[in-house]
Amino acid sequence: MKARQRGSQKERKFPSMAIECLVLGAGQQVGKSCVVVSMNGKRIMFDCGMDMAYHDHRRHPDFSRISESGDFDKALTCIVITHFHLDHIGALPYFTEVCGYRGPIYMTYPTKALAPSMLEDYRKVMVERRGEEEQFTSEHIVECMKKVIAVDVKQTVQVDKDLMIRAYYAGHVLGAAMFYTKVGDSAIVYTGDYNMTPDRHLGAAQIDRLQLDLLITESTYATTIRDSKYSREAEFLKAVHKCVLGGGKVLIPTFALGRAQELCILLEDYWERMNLKIPIYFSSGLTMQANMYYKMLISWTSQKVKETYSTRNAFDFKHVLNFDRSMISAPGPCVLFATPGWISGGFSLEVFKQWAPSEMNLITLPGYCAAGTIGHKLMSGKRTKIDLDKDTQLDVRCQIHQLSFSPHTDAKGIMDLVKFLSPKHVILVHGEKPKMATLKGRIYSELGIRCDDPANNETVCIPSTHHVEVGASNTFIRSSLNPNFNFSKISSEDESDSRLKDGKFMPWLQVKDERAAEGILVEEKSKRAKIVHQDELLLMLGEKKHDIRFAYCFPINTDNLEDTKSTDVSSSSNALSMSGRCSWLPMLYIKLSDELSGGNIQYFGEQIQVESFSVSLCLKDRCPYRIVDSPPNKCEAVFFCCTWSIADEKLAWKIISILENLDYGTC
Amino acid sequence: MKFTCLSKGGGFHFPPCHILNVCGFRILFDCPLDLSALTIFSPVPIGYRDVVDEKDSDLDSDCVTWKRQKIGKPLDANDLICAVPWYKIVKYLHLWNVSFIDVVLISSPMGMLGLPFLTRMKGFSAKIYVTEVTARLGQLMMDDLVSMHMEFRQFYGPEGSTFPRWMEQEELDLQPSALREVVLGKDGAELGGWMPLYSAADVKDCLQKVQTLRYAEEVCYNGKLVIKAFSSGLEIGTCNWSINGPKRDIAFISSSIFVPAHAMSFDYHALQGKDIILYSDLSSLDTMEGVEDGYSFLTTDSFSTLSWEESAKALLNTSEHLEEREKLYYLCSCATDSLKASGSVLIPINRLGTFIQLLEQISASLESSSLKVPIYVISSVAEELLAYTNVIPEWLCKERQEKLFSGEPLFAHVKLIKDNKLHVLPAVHSPKLLTNWQEPCIVFCPHWCLRLGPVVHLLHRWSGDPNSLLVLESGQDVQRALLPFQPMEMKVLQCSFLSGIKLPKILPLLNVLQPKITLLPEDLRQKVRFTNVNPFSVFHYSENKTLIIPSLKDSSELEIATDLAFQFQWRNLKHENMNITRLKGELHVDHGKHWLHSGNKPSKLNSSKRRPLLHWGTPNLETLLSILSKMGINASVEQGVGVEGSEKACKVHVHDPKKALIEMGETGTVISAVDENLASLIFEAIDSILDGI
Repeated sequence: MKARQRGSQKERKFPSMAIECLVLGAGQQVGKSCVVVSMNGKRIMFDCGMDMAYHDHRRHPDFSRISESGDFDKALTCIVITHFHLDHIGALPYFTEVCGYRGPIYMTYPTKALAPSMLEDYRKVMVERRGEEEQFTSEHIVECMKKVIAVDVKQTVQVDKDLMIRAYYAGHVLGAAMFYTKVGDSAIVYTGDYNMTPDRHLGAAQIDRLQLDLLITESTYATTIRDSKYSREAEFLKAVHKCVLGGGKVLIPTFALGRAQELCILLEDYWERMNLKIPIYFSSGLTMQANMYYKMLISWTSQKVKETYSTRNAFDFKHVLNFDRSMISAPGPCVLFATPGWISGGFSLEVFKQWAPSEMNLITLPGYCAAGTIGHKLMSGKRTKIDLDKDTQLDVRCQIHQLSFSPHTDAKGIMDLVKFLSPKHVILVHGEKPKMATLKGRIYSELGIRCDDPANNETVCIPSTHHVEVGASNTFIRSSLNPNFNFSKISSEDESDSRLKDGKFMPWLQVKDERAAEGILVEEKSKRAKIVHQDELLLMLGEKKHDIRFAYCFPINTDNLEDTKSTDVSSSSNALSMSGRCSWLPMLYIKLSDELSGGNIQYFGEQIQVESFSVSLCLKDRCPYRIVDSPPNKCEAVFFCCTWSIADEKLAWKIISILENLDYGTC
Repeated sequence: MKFTCLSKGGGFHFPPCHILNVCGFRILFDCPLDLSALTIFSPVPIGYRDVVDEKDSDLDSDCVTWKRQKIGKPLDANDLICAVPWYKIVKYLHLWNVSFIDVVLISSPMGMLGLPFLTRMKGFSAKIYVTEVTARLGQLMMDDLVSMHMEFRQFYGPEGSTFPRWMEQEELDLQPSALREVVLGKDGAELGGWMPLYSAADVKDCLQKVQTLRYAEEVCYNGKLVIKAFSSGLEIGTCNWSINGPKRDIAFISSSIFVPAHAMSFDYHALQGKDIILYSDLSSLDTMEGVEDGYSFLTTDSFSTLSWEESAKALLNTSEHLEEREKLYYLCSCATDSLKASGSVLIPINRLGTFIQLLEQISASLESSSLKVPIYVISSVAEELLAYTNVIPEWLCKERQEKLFSGEPLFAHVKLIKDNKLHVLPAVHSPKLLTNWQEPCIVFCPHWCLRLGPVVHLLHRWSGDPNSLLVLESGQDVQRALLPFQPMEMKVLQCSFLSGIKLPKILPLLNVLQPKITLLPEDLRQKVRFTNVNPFSVFHYSENKTLIIPSLKDSSELEIATDLAFQFQWRNLKHENMNITRLKGELHVDHGKHWLHSGNKPSKLNSSKRRPLLHWGTPNLETLLSILSKMGINASVEQGVGVEGSEKACKVHVHDPKKALIEMGETGTVISAVDENLASLIFEAIDSILDGI
């Protein structure tokens, strides 16, 4: 006969409650980043990178896992690219132009501006060096970029009615962004590569404190704690300076954009400070034109560089001159930026051949070189002989400096970000397997956040957040926002101990604001559910309230009360006089105050009120609520009548027992 | 919701200003300066002779009578006030207590010029939102204003009293009526709006109090209002506002241009589906004055019945864009004509967009007519301004953004400066100008109503040359502005530039946006007529009258966390097809929505012993007795004894298993039992025959 049995317990259905995360690339490895996330019916591809360690189908993410039929337009809502590095964008022209994806692609303004030349450089290297069949043509790159929608940092982009994306500054390279993605109530962040500390040319990653179900973060340096980038930059500058002071030539092989400008800013700044007059050259592949991009995009750089736009744009390189082929064998020190970056052919190779045999010269190598390139060979050990091709061998005597200031965050940065965002779940990508496992453990043990590090082609499912939308009446909202003060006294017995606990003064009275939203949710067929305040419900239903109350009338032995009275209050012993009767209530009040610590007991003269329970003196001869058999000694007893409602059922019987025990204790 | 228009403004340089009360917050839209009022002041005299004359005559008592005779006669240069100018803020703003403003939304650099007056006031603590570019351009304009104003300070010396002489009643009485009206306003209420100019420190301080935004960046004010700026197309960085609250979504439309040639275009899609549109583009009022009335009626009526698709198409019509191009072409041809006759061209302009386009057009037409004439841009902030326009590709129109992607400079002036065809100079007296100066030439400089800065010097130089050309934006005050330079031999070309949504596009726009309520200025009542088929209601606002906008919903949106929702214990109501449940949680307000979470404490709702606290319906005695007997409780009924006068009341006596009494009336029941268990059983029995929660 329980009330609940009448109301049928309804099963409420919610839409699919999971976020599905398919890792197509950079799962337990560094290379070809590509994660496809399905949430609330939307499917988003984050990054579309290429793995430069492979030359077969493995260099691309396995797109067939997205859609077997190859209808990618239907299978994907959109693609989001975080930055212009090839391991994040390299497979994009292939995917759009060869595989035929025609949907929207989002990236930041700098990424859209710089990606084409990055892709073109890469295409050239592939075709020129290996003579291999190209995966995409220059036209493909142009066509692909036409599908791209450029976004600004912090701009809220509504991809469609339900899907919202927003870029946050990631600092890794110019235009790198983390992407916040929200569908309905579910939200995730995909970081791409990021850097949590600012450097000379870029700022640190910046993000709002967001409510997230999932954070997908890179973990290149999952276990490393790095010193500042400044010291590594200083090492590079020192190496260059030493070389040119000794009359040597410095070859810096780079691609047209990105590292070239970053290093050039460093050198310019250093040249200025040290008042050096040694020429810095850009080879013909690295036209000044490329710097134009950086000049216009200066607002994406670090605060210090940004501020230079009006006086002298930091990318207006003062010391940089154009290089001519005839100057290769000219005497005297110089610094030369030459393409391509991995010395895989072209001008940088030509210069390399000339300069490498001299001990005076210096060659810098980037952090990464594709396998099979000369750069890669130079990186992989102290080799003095390099096979240029089958017949020629080159004696490498020059110094080699490897650039190690990779702009990735370190383990501390990753932990800081995870802690800051406090997502419900973390997925690690873009790292090395054993290190990722360590970091995964740390995230779980230190932050208590569940964490996964799926391998390529694995899918991780995590639950997502949902809310039920209802209407709420103004009265309900107002009553919920009103403060609800709760006064509690420290009970008098342990007063001496507790009031001075730990040397701190504990107040007699504690006031807490225990506001809680209490209301009634009403659901009618074909209407939106609505929350109303209890007082509004009956009006809404058009019904009249039926008040159920409890009543109880009981005697208390006056002898006993007299005892209490005479000890507590000195007054006349005329027990039955009206004035005496009136003073029993204060007596009860004192008694109750002692017994019920914390309860909100009020004394109104005629009655004592505790929540809905009220007790007063019953003067009737025959009270209908005098259910209990009267005590034998009638005239000695005084009756008290009390009443309460169901909410305070327990409290009421407790008070009654306290009061009755007063009686029975001495009787 | 309450809406008060403080000022309708006047033209591009003086945007409207409003106050909106919503969600208990007071929002101020824009804080402009009425710079046209500057024209009542005399510019700083160039030659010594002028100074002596004016100073002497001012002190002469005969002059007073002479002046008195002049009242009513047309103004001449001698009527202008010779004093350090003061500046006039929005008419009714000084009547409001600024400390009660919660939010300030600035839509354009022009709407920002009065902001330092607010931010330096004691008690002002509002949050100010402005786009990043507007903040920067606004700062440059204010810095320029302050630096040009210095010239007056240097000439007249430091201001002595706090209340200048020209504002005294006796002085005002002597002024010609036209001048007096500018000072006092029609009803005399505007005298309080005059302020001495802020300092460079005030500007700096003001900029520190501003929070800058990107387009479509979301900010949440006080949890309740989600505010976003969307491009309006009027200038680089100008914006319209979207304000989402728990009860209504509002769009504020300032002067907007659909297809601008430089700035990002008017993003009206982002304003679609809002409940309320505050239409504050009053530019059509300024341009309509000369046009015959028939035009306006014809166009709006024909659009009023358009479908959504037709309306959307009408908005894409680019005739106004072409019209603007024609204007620029014409302007260029006039300029080259003057140059060919060895006259110089003076273009005082404060519109960044038009200035940049003119620069490009003129240099191109110089090139094509193989005229080798230098172009000068003279302003204290010109260098920074031009450099800045080239580093903000994200804020420009599609065509300019394409230039970024192909690696070209965003604007042609980069190359012009490099090729030494364009000279950017801070002031007329800068040494670089003196060594470089060549006539004929083209000079761009700030407008500032022809009272401040380089324009004054150049006008004095060229006003006597009939071959020279002055290009001026047309406006009501052109005559007064030119007064100190009379007689003008110089040719004057007045032109108006597109400054907002044209009248014929207002209705299609509203059709596309589909609001529930639209607020339009009273002045458009006759010009934009709505047929009955319009699905939205229209309110008209006029200056200094508060409109009260009825609330659209009687309830707010609320999101319940799923874990809380799963705890619900639904009850079916007996008579109606309705389910109800009690709920308890913690209410949060965030991002313009109410959220209900289960909170930290374990919810009492979960306990199975929970019982309904509120009952309704009429209990049936028979049913009660049978339920009681099923529980093993024997009861007998005692009819006819009233409880508190109620006639239908009855008493049910229980003897077995223990003694109890149930008093049942129309509106309530009292249970009295010897112990807790029995009372509780009886309660359950009664609960089962009533509806309750």
